Amino acid sequence: MTDRREWPLYEVFVRGKRGLNHVHVGSLHAPDDVMALRHARDVYTRRNEGVSIWVVRADAITASSPDEKDPLFAPSGDKVYRHPTFYDIPDDVPHM
Amino acid sequence: MSDDLLNSDLGGVFDGLAGGESSQWAFGTGFEDPLAGVDTTVPDGVDGADLAAYCLMLGDDALIMSQRLSEWCSRAPDLEEDIALANIALDLLGQARLLLSRAAAADPGAVPALPEGSPVPGEDALAFFREAGEFRNVRLAEVANGDFAHVVVRLLLFSVVRLALLERLGASADQVLAAVAAKGVKEVTYHRDWAGRWFLTLAQGTEESRRRLVAALDALWPLQPEMVTAHPLEASLAEAGVGVDPAAVRDEADAVLDQVFAVSGVDRPDRAPLAGVGGRTGRDGMHTEAFGRLLAEMQVVARAHPGGRW
Repeated sequence: MTDRREWPLYEVFVRGKRGLNHVHVGSLHAPDDVMALRHARDVYTRRNEGVSIWVVRADAITASSPDEKDPLFAPSGDKVYRHPTFYDIPDDVPHM
Repeated sequence: MSDDLLNSDLGGVFDGLAGGESSQWAFGTGFEDPLAGVDTTVPDGVDGADLAAYCLMLGDDALIMSQRLSEWCSRAPDLEEDIALANIALDLLGQARLLLSRAAAADPGAVPALPEGSPVPGEDALAFFREAGEFRNVRLAEVANGDFAHVVVRLLLFSVVRLALLERLGASADQVLAAVAAKGVKEVTYHRDWAGRWFLTLAQGTEESRRRLVAALDALWPLQPEMVTAHPLEASLAEAGVGVDPAAVRDEADAVLDQVFAVSGVDRPDRAPLAGVGGRTGRDGMHTEAFGRLLAEMQVVARAHPGGRW
């Protein structure tokens, strides 16, 4: 009998021509890692966006829960002194 | 299919894509014109009508294959493969546009006459206003679609030969053909890879996927030899250093297919080639019954509006 299980979900990250890092662009289904890469090329780089692709199975990602939002992130909300805004950054230092 | 979007007068909505300040675009910019800076004169000693007919052979293969692949739109087994097939169809349509445009430029007499003042460019007139007998494509491109295994096998057989042809055509004395080939090689490399992977996957998948794959291979195999058999025009243009003799890529195509068959555990079919009619095949304008229906659907809108602007 044909196996009707769904293909696993993958998350796709694409690095654009001008981008320095891979950015999450969406998700897709694929039977395995290699096919996921092919699918990502077909689905997410059709408009001349990408120069590099990462795919990772969605179930391999451990994500923070919205319920934990306050304990995780609120404590840093009032500590402005952690930003390095008290330095003068030379004009020729890019990407700061 | 007419205006180049980047140079169109659509109120400049695509201006940002053609260069200049483009950081606001989330998607890529810097699109390239494959014919930028290419010498478009017909090479010395080459008859324009012969060059045009040759361009139609390569262009019609791409156009008709693209049309059949486009029929898969919304019908593939899943969204990802649906888009993959549409991407491949668009690659081939792009090749067809360049080749039909080249045919129209090399021999304006080959372009069907349209009413005075019609804005339809030569490439469109060739695509939409020729009769079946004037199309030069191989019959593998035109037969009706079947199941997913059928399109995988068809694309594998097609792209194995087309890639071998385009790789050699990159050295053509005609600079336009050379540029089209250079662009096409990158595209068809991916098509062949896509089809080869799916061929292996279906062959080694379930009993049912393998049964369907072998059935599709059996059905399409008689159409394969036509692609690697030289039409006299192809042979003479190959002689002139402009075209490629398809017979010269037969061994390479066989070797690639044998490799795919071997890893997939599939036997090379033992079936006789589909004969022509009185020795005439697709390259001579002799097509199968399914071709008329394909053309009717492809051409109906353009023919209903011969003065239309698209």
